[in-house]
Parts: sequence; C-alpha cells; structure tokens
Amino acid sequence: MSLLSVEKLTKSFGGLTAVSSVNMYIDKGELIGLIGPNGAGKTTLFNLLTGVYTPTSGSIKLELNGRTKELGGLKPYNVTKEGLARTFQNIRLFKDLTVLDNIRIAMHQNIGYKLPSALFRSNKFYEEENRLKEEAEKLMDIFDLAHKKNELAKNLPYGEQRHLEIVRAMATKPALLLLDEPAAGMNPNETAALTNTIAKIRKEFDLTVLLIEHDMSLVMKICERIYVLDYGMMIASGLPAEVRANKKVIEAYLGEDV
Amino acid sequence: MKVLTKKNIATFGLILVVFAVVQFLISSKIINSYYEITLATICINIILAVSLNLVTGFTGQFSLGHAGFMSIGAYVCAIVSMNTESTSGFIIGILAGAVAAAIVGVIIGIPTLRLKGDYLAIATLGMAEIIRVVFLNMEITNGAAGLNGIPRNTNWTWLFVFMTATIVLINNFIKSSHGRACISIREDEIAAESMGVNTTKYKVMAFALGAFFAGVAGGLYASYFYFIKPNLFGFMKSVDILVIVVLGGLGSISGSVIAAVLLAVLTTYLQKFTEVRMIIYSLLLIVIMLFRPQGLLGTKEITDMFKFGKKQEKIE
Repeated sequence: MSLLSVEKLTKSFGGLTAVSSVNMYIDKGELIGLIGPNGAGKTTLFNLLTGVYTPTSGSIKLELNGRTKELGGLKPYNVTKEGLARTFQNIRLFKDLTVLDNIRIAMHQNIGYKLPSALFRSNKFYEEENRLKEEAEKLMDIFDLAHKKNELAKNLPYGEQRHLEIVRAMATKPALLLLDEPAAGMNPNETAALTNTIAKIRKEFDLTVLLIEHDMSLVMKICERIYVLDYGMMIASGLPAEVRANKKVIEAYLGEDV
Repeated sequence: MKVLTKKNIATFGLILVVFAVVQFLISSKIINSYYEITLATICINIILAVSLNLVTGFTGQFSLGHAGFMSIGAYVCAIVSMNTESTSGFIIGILAGAVAAAIVGVIIGIPTLRLKGDYLAIATLGMAEIIRVVFLNMEITNGAAGLNGIPRNTNWTWLFVFMTATIVLINNFIKSSHGRACISIREDEIAAESMGVNTTKYKVMAFALGAFFAGVAGGLYASYFYFIKPNLFGFMKSVDILVIVVLGGLGSISGSVIAAVLLAVLTTYLQKFTEVRMIIYSLLLIVIMLFRPQGLLGTKEITDMFKFGKKQEKIE
C-alpha cells in the first residue's frame, strides 16, 4: 500500500461540491505536484487531508510503520501527530514571535513534561527545554536560519518567511509534507532557493512531499508525478510530460476549441 | 540542583528585599492603616490582572467575566473561614475557593471557548452575571445583604506570599512549552492547530489557571475587607481588571504589575479631588492609550530591558 491513499474523497458545502470523488495515492519518497486552475479545489483538498475540514464522504488512509490510520474526521493537531505537516497559501507564521519560538511551538508535541513540571520548574523541565532548544538549533543550522533565530518572524523578508514556514512544518517531524503554493509571490532567485530547500528536505529527511503550485516551470521541473484538479474533479494524473500533453488539462487551462 | 541557579537566587533575594522594605515601612508607621488599604488593593489587583493577562494577553481569549471567578473564591473562602476560625481555615478556604473557581472555569470554558473575540466577551460577561445572580439567591451566601464579619486573616505577609506565588507560577507557565502553545493560539489559531497544538485544551487550561488565581484574589479580598456582597463583583469589577491589563500591556506580566500599582496610587491620590476624580482618571487613561496603544510595556517584560548586553538567551 502507498503512504497516503485517498479514495472517493468528497466535500460539499451546501449545494456546492468543492471536491468530488477524488482518488489519489502517494508512495513513500515521492514528490507529487497538485495543479489546477483557480477555484479547482486544491486548497480544499489540502484542508481535507490536514483535518481543517471533515470529509462529506470517502476515506484518507495513511500507512506508516506498518500501521494504517484513517485521517478523515481527525482534528488538525491529531493529523499532525500522525505525521502530516503543512504550510499555508497565505503565510501563517506566529508573526510577533521569534524564529526560534516559531520552531519550538511546532516541536510542542514531543515535549516530555506535564503542567506541574512547568509550573514548579522540575529538573525534567530544564532537561526537556534544553533538549528542545538543541533540536531547534540543529534544525535552524540545517536550513540556514541560525543567524536569524532571535529575529521576529514578521521582520523577515518575504522569501525567508515562506522558508521559515517550511522549516516550522519540518519541526513537527512529518512523514508527509504538504506545501500550499510555496513559490507564490516569489522572485526567480527566491524560487531557486525554494527548489534547493525542497531538494534538501528530500535528501536529508527522506520525506514525501505534496505541493500545490501555479509556477508551472517549477512543477514540471521538480515533480515526479502530477495530479490535475478541475471543478473539484481529478481530471488527469501522471508524469509531467504526460500531463502536459493531456487534452483535458489543456482545455481546463486554456478553454475548449470553439 | 537546578533550583540554585544564579538567576533564581537573585530573584529570590529581590523578592525578600521588597518584602522587608514594605514590612519595615508598615512597622515604622510610614505606611499608615489608610495606605495599607491601598497596599492590599494593589496586591489583590496584581493577582487579578496577572491571571487575566494569562487568558486575555497571552492566550488571546477576550474575557469579561474575571470578577465572577473572583467572587467564587471570595464566597468559598468566606464560608470556610467563618466555620473554622484559624489560620489553617483561612488557607484551606483560599485554596478551596481557588479550586472551585478553576472547576467552574473548566465547566464554563469548554462550551464558551469555541467562540472568538467579541462573542466570547459577551459569553463570559453572561457567565459572570449568572454567578452573581446565583450568589444573590443562595441562602448560604445571605443573598443581596452579603456576608458580614468574615474573620480577618489577610495581612501584608499573606498578600505578599500569594501575590509572589501567582507571578512566579504564571511566569513559569508562560515560559514553558504549555505557555508557548497558548501564545501560538493568540498569534494564529489555525496555524497553531496545524502545528500540533490542541487549541481547545490549552484555551481551557489557561482559562482554568486564570480562574484559579482569580479565586485566590477573591479569598484574600474577602478576608481583608471582612464583608462581601454579590454587587461588589459585577461587570464593573471585571472592567476594572481589564483596564489594568490593557494599560500595562496585553502579554506583559510586569506591565500588569506596574499598571496595578500605578492605578491604585492614582486612585488614592485623587481621593482629595472628590468632584473631578473620575474625570481626571478617565482622561489619564485616554491620554495613555492614545500615546501607548499597546499598553505601557506592550508585550515586553521589564527584565527584557536589562538584557541589552547578553544576546544569548539561556535556559538554566
């Protein structure tokens, strides 16, 4: 079985079916692209996968370490616990906190002390806080953020804010990373830096990545397989070259022949 | 032993010095019994403001019902200490009141904390009113007449002990992983949830912790002024606490402390100008808010200002 398998996933808002009977699978280690025109339901699909929305019907199964878990209907923080992490289309950093704190918050789940330890500062508190800080610093070193660790997130340049969002998602120790338009609004230099980051993530963390993207050159260059959504339906999937030549995809983007 | 770090010893020393100085001023009658009331008000208001700051300033949940939790602490402490007139009765009363307030905090928090912003404010306001009306109609609380002749156990020592404990514990909470989870809810609830923070749990936790310390403040109040009635804990009391928190800075413990001291001193000083007292008070608030809309300290702590030299933050 694949790492993530989605079957007949549907989400309706009243009369509008935003995502309709979508099937997809992601194997371990793959880099998958999800594309589609504006309003096709890409972000809705992301929100379904990450627990922000509850599916109307269908299933989302995650297989990790020989264990299969149904993700549909779980709360976002439980989905994160199972090993899915995401970034947001419009950056959602903790703006008034430092880079270090942004990352430490994402590591919240693997903290090993309880409320009384926190209130009375037991030895366990100091041990765990130090371990957390070391881990956060290691992560910041890998992603070249160490020199900015005491900077407030809102004061970072745009490209670095997007970068920090990815690093923050990495801090939850995911098995599958979902990136929602990571290159949106970036200049070519920043996009190149992003491509490096994604390559680094896959090489050093053995991660599986699903990304939504409008920048076609980026998608075609780095994605191994591509899914195409239009009006909530999966209209095509396959290798970049196949998708590019697919008649339905061209119609969805450019309109039909008259 | 991690307890005996340099920083902790310095903090402890500072706490002792503050206590000793004020104790000396009281013993030598420089702070007379009139100003002692101001002193008690300051301590109680600090506990209230710091605990509300945890809910509103750090976790970002706008609450207008803090006086409700205070009244629970006040009544429980009053009833317990009236039945067992001793210092231990007083301590048990305060802790029982605080626990009762925290339990009510959890019960009320679970349904209301799914609301946001102004909706939550209205809900907490309603909750405080319900608590007030319940006390108004119960026999054991003596209804609108209130409870009189509560044994007076609160003195400067107890006020100081409870105030310091509140500040230290809430500060420890904020600077732990739990506290960071609460702050992340204030910053961006959706992102917090996606980063693995159980937002409901931490909102209720902050709410219950805030209620606990409001209960402590209520107990101290009842035992200091030996008379309580439901109307003392109305909407205006909640607003008074909120004013301190906003004035000091949402998200700054030391800001709340400074604002509580400042407002109490101001109120005491303005007693001389009976007719225009409230006008001056309100005008001052408006002026401060115009020039420091983020509050006196914003989200900074007073200790941050002595940190210019050392950039490296250490966890000792």
